[in-house]
Amino acid sequence: MIGIEHYVVVSSILFVLGVLGIFLNRKNIIVILMAIELILLAVNINLVAFSAFLHDLTGQIFAMFVLTVAAGEAAIGLAILVIYFRGRGTIAVDDVNRMKG
Amino acid sequence: MIQVLAFYLFAFLVTLSGVFTIASRNPVHSVLWLILAFFNGAGLMVLLGAEFIAMLLVIVYVGAVAVLFLFVVMMLDIDFAELRAGFMKNFPLGIAIALVLLCELVLGVGAYQAGGLQLGVPNGSAATPAGVSNIAAIGALMYGRYLFLFETAGIILLVAMIGAIVLTHRERKDTRPQNVSKQNARRPWEATVNTRPEVGKGVEL
Repeated sequence: MIGIEHYVVVSSILFVLGVLGIFLNRKNIIVILMAIELILLAVNINLVAFSAFLHDLTGQIFAMFVLTVAAGEAAIGLAILVIYFRGRGTIAVDDVNRMKG
Repeated sequence: MIQVLAFYLFAFLVTLSGVFTIASRNPVHSVLWLILAFFNGAGLMVLLGAEFIAMLLVIVYVGAVAVLFLFVVMMLDIDFAELRAGFMKNFPLGIAIALVLLCELVLGVGAYQAGGLQLGVPNGSAATPAGVSNIAAIGALMYGRYLFLFETAGIILLVAMIGAIVLTHRERKDTRPQNVSKQNARRPWEATVNTRPEVGKGVEL
């Protein structure tokens, strides 16, 4: 029978893949955003797994809020990406210094 | 038995599509692998009995977020080969950190499996009542105890929408857009003139 450990391991692997994606594609911000979506998917799987195995629906409600924030984050991130590309003509993020940070 | 098979199928596919999402040369392929990952994640959630979140994942992620990514990738004219330049250079460090992180996470699961650790016990106030479907139970909670959080989520989405529009909107100089308020303020007596000119005089407008 599939226990909660199996789901936690799958979501751990997915989380680590997302982190690895951020490391590997350090220049390409589109793939970085996709890696963040992978991380949030891993978090959602984890929340839903615990919610199902503990018979408590709060985890699923919280997963829905994570989904909301992920959607807003993707929209704002891609909007910033589009205006950055409009001004610069490239999306290489390793030399972003417009705000002199 | 079929549940075990389905779990391993979904788990394998979600991992595989995660790998290809971060390793594809072409970002369009990355988006398509990401969509496959979301579908398989939704499959895992269906196996857990969370149909509502699974369908939400398919609708929100695949229907909106992934298509948004696809539009942006296709709209921008980017030299993706140049952006992959550091891929091999970052590979050893990245894989080392990822392996350490994965070992730590799996170590935690192993420690739980070895026994002696207890998960917290819910007080049962958010349990699914008998004979009620998953979506009905979630609806009762969401429009009851979590109503304010639910409305806050709506405000977050509104702010994100307005923010995205404000960020990407630009006044273009080379077009003559419609001015709705000016059009609405226009009245018939300003637009038409009745004159009765004498013969041979003409009118002055």
